[in-house]
Amino acid sequence: MAQNGEEYVMKKRRVEEDIYILAIESSCDETAAAVVKNGRQVLSNVISSQIALHTIYGGVVPEIASRKHIEKINQVIEAALEEASLKLEDMDAVAVTYGPGLVGALLVGVAEAKAIAYGAGKPLVGVNHIEGHVSANFIEHPDLEPPFICLIVSGGHTHLVVVKDYGEYEVLGRTRDDAAGEAFDKVARAIGLGYPGGPKVDKAAKEGNPYAISFPRAKVEGAPYDFSFSGLKSAVLNHINHARMMGETIQVPDLAASFQRAVVDVLVSHAVDAAKELGFDKVAIAGGVASNSALRAGMKENCEKAGIAFYYPSPIYCTDNGAMIGVAGYYAYINGVRSGWDLNAVPNLKLV
Amino acid sequence: MIILGIDSSSLVASVAIVADDQLIAEYTVNYKKTHSQTLLPMFDQVARMVELDLHTIDGIAVAGGPGSFTGLRIGTATAKGLGLALEKPLIHVPTLDALAYTMWGSNMLLCPMMDARRNQVYTGLYHCHSGLEVVKPQWAGDVEELVEELNEMGRQVLFLGDGVPVYRQQLMNGLKVPYEFAPAHRNRQSAAAVAALGGEYFKQGKWVSASGFQPDYLRKSQAEREREERQQEHE
Repeated sequence: MAQNGEEYVMKKRRVEEDIYILAIESSCDETAAAVVKNGRQVLSNVISSQIALHTIYGGVVPEIASRKHIEKINQVIEAALEEASLKLEDMDAVAVTYGPGLVGALLVGVAEAKAIAYGAGKPLVGVNHIEGHVSANFIEHPDLEPPFICLIVSGGHTHLVVVKDYGEYEVLGRTRDDAAGEAFDKVARAIGLGYPGGPKVDKAAKEGNPYAISFPRAKVEGAPYDFSFSGLKSAVLNHINHARMMGETIQVPDLAASFQRAVVDVLVSHAVDAAKELGFDKVAIAGGVASNSALRAGMKENCEKAGIAFYYPSPIYCTDNGAMIGVAGYYAYINGVRSGWDLNAVPNLKLV
Repeated sequence: MIILGIDSSSLVASVAIVADDQLIAEYTVNYKKTHSQTLLPMFDQVARMVELDLHTIDGIAVAGGPGSFTGLRIGTATAKGLGLALEKPLIHVPTLDALAYTMWGSNMLLCPMMDARRNQVYTGLYHCHSGLEVVKPQWAGDVEELVEELNEMGRQVLFLGDGVPVYRQQLMNGLKVPYEFAPAHRNRQSAAAVAALGGEYFKQGKWVSASGFQPDYLRKSQAEREREERQQEHE
């Protein structure tokens, strides 16, 4: 009975009142907070990036990331409330990323969000980071509603999923080894472009010929929607070693463009094939690698050819951010999801 | 004056509520469960039990380090979140100062120690006959060097903290001065001590904003240390 009463109150409120979510994200190297209204309208989206700090180490150092999070988190949250011109008491719930990600980094956001929700007497909603990335598409596309296909590509994740409903997913495929963004980082390091690899390879590739070098397109036998990037990464490293042995200079732009094309080809074909075969007319992309210009162009072209509507978030919503957590948190909140004060960080949290 | 105390710097998770000169509630657990799961539920439980109105808290005292890096951050983030939501200041209490403060009234030289791994301890030297006197502020160092230092000081020493069971034999072998080990009910972190000492600091105006509070790790991250070592080798 209590459950029904609560549901009734919630449905009634949904019609009559606006719902505000304060969202907190600290799963990797961005300390972020946002205020989201009614699940679609971003009132503020504050991100404190640590990229410069980690660059000298060639990648994210978990302990340094965690230390930076604790140093910045209150300021970031206060700035998010201030930019939204709202107070903590105006919020309906506090949403927080509790996985997947770096455990020490996640714990800062989780402990902070729990204490804020507890202190302010607000409900707490734990959010899956990947679900956040998917939900970033709802911000700028008011017409986008499930079901649709979503390709999630970032430094830590490569997933092809069916978004069946808000908060309901079916995983069609995932990477067997490296994440797409990880392959970008490793190749960037090997050709001296440095960290973060994604944007640097993208930039270098613009000056190069994507057909200069032929790299393999990895297929995973028996799993048409799975990905594998370690073979491609090895092929790139072999190419570099071979060129060095022969005393040839490596054409960095050509290599970057050719490598990028190999990654993008597989990502695009998997996503578009899945939509066609399973009968979906909407495809979205999400995650840090969704900012890649070749991926966007490739998806756009192939979706258009197949008569599929293609959705992608602006770069600011592709990178780790609080707004996307606020959107996912909103749908979880109205579906009745509530987390306890014992919410823990789950570094390898699965989407399904 | 109501001070909330939090200590999650080690395996011990502890929360306490101190009102003026009385301990109202303390909940301490020394068990291998993650602080992320225990700390806030523990506080919620004691707060309900003593019908605490959160808005009546004057300050939140936290064992601010040294300790387990992750443990310190869980306690710190919990305090910072509460401070933000309730608009209350935070009080930084050095972990080892609070440990020493549990021994108020002792005539011995107090040597709280936490296991810092790699044959090192986080330690500090104190007198607490009436009020806390810091003889040597907390530091991270080798057990052997600590033993040598204590022998030179020539005073009776009282040891406490989770470093004791780890280095007990080394201490017993090396010490030439009389010594004691604190008993079970007084030899680990206690949020009551953090809150009581925090209350003293609070009265002296030694508090910070929730946003300005940071743990004091006493150690750099491994990546930073290794990078500095490499740079020194180059020079």
